[in-house]
Amino acid sequence: MIAAKVQDAFSFRVSHIDRSSRFGLVFWALLLILLAAAPFWGDRQTMRLLGEIYSYIALASLWNLLAGYAGLVSIGQQVFVGLGGYVLYVGALAGGLPPLLCVPLGGLLCGVLAVPVVLVLFRLRGAYFTIGTWVLAEVFVQVFQQVKAVGGGSGISLPAVVVKSIAQSRDGREFLIYWLFLALVVAVIGLIVTILRTRYGLALTAIRDNEMAAKSNGIDVNRTRLIVFVAAAFANGMAGALIFLQKLSITPFSAFSINDWTMNVIFITVIGGIGRVEGPILGAVIFFVLREFLADYGSAYLIVLGVIAIVVMLKARRGLWGYVADRYGWQLFPLARRLERTRIVPDAAAAAATIEAH
Amino acid sequence: MSAILSLQSVSKSFGAVVVANDLDLTLGNGEALGMLGPNGAGKTSLFGIITGTLTPNAGKVLLDGRDITRLSSPQRCRLGIARSFQVPQPFGGMTVFENLVVAAAFAGGKRESEVYQIAATTLEECGLGDKANRLAGALTLLDRKRLELARALATRPRVLLLDEVAGGLSEGECEILVALIKNIRRTGISIIWIEHIVHALLAVVDRIVVLAGGAFIADDKPEAAIRHPRVAEIYMGISADE
Repeated sequence: MIAAKVQDAFSFRVSHIDRSSRFGLVFWALLLILLAAAPFWGDRQTMRLLGEIYSYIALASLWNLLAGYAGLVSIGQQVFVGLGGYVLYVGALAGGLPPLLCVPLGGLLCGVLAVPVVLVLFRLRGAYFTIGTWVLAEVFVQVFQQVKAVGGGSGISLPAVVVKSIAQSRDGREFLIYWLFLALVVAVIGLIVTILRTRYGLALTAIRDNEMAAKSNGIDVNRTRLIVFVAAAFANGMAGALIFLQKLSITPFSAFSINDWTMNVIFITVIGGIGRVEGPILGAVIFFVLREFLADYGSAYLIVLGVIAIVVMLKARRGLWGYVADRYGWQLFPLARRLERTRIVPDAAAAAATIEAH
Repeated sequence: MSAILSLQSVSKSFGAVVVANDLDLTLGNGEALGMLGPNGAGKTSLFGIITGTLTPNAGKVLLDGRDITRLSSPQRCRLGIARSFQVPQPFGGMTVFENLVVAAAFAGGKRESEVYQIAATTLEECGLGDKANRLAGALTLLDRKRLELARALATRPRVLLLDEVAGGLSEGECEILVALIKNIRRTGISIIWIEHIVHALLAVVDRIVVLAGGAFIADDKPEAAIRHPRVAEIYMGISADE
């Protein structure tokens, strides 16, 4: 025993949950019930807007996992969004597969493709990695413009017969796609929370905070990053397939759009709170509120977005949720591992120390 | 005393700056070795070479006679080499307890729940028991230094490299840390300690080496080493014959 204090025995347990995350769980549960029922209280336009918000929360959460936790600042995630979309179109048109089956298929292909991509890109560090991801994305735009089978530069549309195969009525399709978007965002966030609670999540959080210290404490940083990148590509591919299933047409420029699938996503993550699971959710809400109120003002809208991004980056570098979390220690997901200890009779054997993991 | 760690003919330079010139060093099993030297002598770089963050231009690093020169720094950590950084490098957004869980789980290749005990006990040992759930980024300097030590200990190291753990602390705080390091010694962990606060070193170590210009200019019992003429010259700015 090293210090005298250790002679005292403690009983301790480790719990993930605290008052704020208990509140958070109730909050999310109520919100989920409310949102799942949207087809019963919202009109078609509301549902479309909500679906779009979900897709952005999913994309931003994935980008947050990459950039905020694993330190992989990619500006090429549109590769996987677009590819997922194209898999759906090619699968449904040329392969005659049911469109909904093509959604996980899109994810799978992106996950497989991410392996060679990452082996090349991981040779680049920091800003060079970032530029590398962008170059890769531009390659895809150029290549898909040349492929006649998918309509080249003018793209392709989903024929009515394929669209009808999802559901006969228009309402049925809208409801189904809405619920799929909701399921996607719940799955993505649920998966991220689950990952962060495991040993693997400890490694990711440690890398987020200090890469050098992570390495010198036995964490294989590159392996951890590889897994994150592949998992994010898989989920991005599924999101892309779903997004373009709703849009009913796809072109290389819409599929691999850096503005739509990366810049907006970065804005959402950065103002909401990078490196926090709650961040992208808050960021997406802010982004869409601004868009709904300001979109009619054209360029003024973009100026406002830019000013907000700059102010947040200067005044609250970890984003709005990061500011709150640092200040008050709040968490709306049960992620932290809190050590609760009580001193028991000093001379009781140290063996009495019990661990209950929760 | 059998050697646990040794450097064999290690050389390293950054451009024209030579930080190690054909260096040999042996650390005995259970030994506590102090390292002195002027700023920029290459003491911290030597730690980088031992832990695998720096690759030497030539030479070998051996742990228990096994060549580890080509192993990555996480691999070396798992073999039992732990390091505390001169400027504390906590996982700032994680709690103090989580910092230790990371170290214990990944260095030991263990599951998370298996290391809660190690993490909680190590916290108590290092006087951080009351601060287990604080964010590591919000600690005072003394507590950051304690955390740096605690996290290194939680990896259950065989060789512990301490880089100026006492630097920047008040006299009282320094004593607390020295007592802690003495206790670590008693558990049989071999230590290399870089420190400018000489009396802190003298209280703990068995031997002192002095690094200057990429070479060890003294290697002796602590009292003898600090009386070496070049040491006085380096630290006091007076040459030996004055």
